[in-house]
Amino acid sequence: MIIVLSKDAMAIQKEQDVVPFRNRVKEYAVKIGMSLVNQTKLITAASELVRNMLKYGGGGSTLIEVISKGRENGIRLTFADKGPGIKDIPLAMQDGYSTGKSLGLGLPGAKRLVSEFDIKSTPGKGTTVTVIKWKNG
Amino acid sequence: MGKFLLVTIQVDLYDRLALNLETDLANMVNKTGARGVLIDISALSIVDSFMGRILGNIGTMSKIMDAESVVVGMQPAVAITLVELGLELKGVSTALNVEKGMQLLHTKVGSFEDEEKEEDADDNSIE
Repeated sequence: MIIVLSKDAMAIQKEQDVVPFRNRVKEYAVKIGMSLVNQTKLITAASELVRNMLKYGGGGSTLIEVISKGRENGIRLTFADKGPGIKDIPLAMQDGYSTGKSLGLGLPGAKRLVSEFDIKSTPGKGTTVTVIKWKNG
Repeated sequence: MGKFLLVTIQVDLYDRLALNLETDLANMVNKTGARGVLIDISALSIVDSFMGRILGNIGTMSKIMDAESVVVGMQPAVAITLVELGLELKGVSTALNVEKGMQLLHTKVGSFEDEEKEEDADDNSIE
């Protein structure tokens, strides 16, 4: 069972919000004693996902949570936008696939960097991505 | 002739700034006629796919403008993350630190400098 220890919401509207958001995630990761490598992985994943949200969803809201499951602590990040949504999620999760001009590493890359990854999308309604990085995961 | 540009990225850049860096560098290479560009990223806490693409672009762009580029000072945690992210930084030369990066630039540019030396034996300073 996952217990939420703290919650922090942050709206992302413009690309200048990305760096403060990344710093906020880092703060929490440091607070729970996450190793530097895991911090870097989490922040990089967060950066990819928040950029996707800005680029394809026109911005949205993020939630940073400190969670606990048994003896393990972790950070859960939620990215929710009200953009056009993703029609074919398996395709979007493929390496090198991009509808934009990017490298197409955002979603699959972010998934590799975190412990748990979940994506839900309804075409026309928006996309929500949730990731968890356990302190020692 | 034979000058190098040294770029130190001091803060985490947001996308617009990173794109500006790309244009500024192209302009500076053109203006100064630099033969090499050294980019120090030791202060960057992360390199995501966007920043990776910018570094790749700078490499390709300098090459087209007849300059070599080397990225130095990548944090170990950043390197580990890049591999897992799937970013290979193809076409980007890297070195451990500024000193080694400078050596690498000298070697890369050196082959051209040697040819020039035959014509102008007095000029042996590259920096």
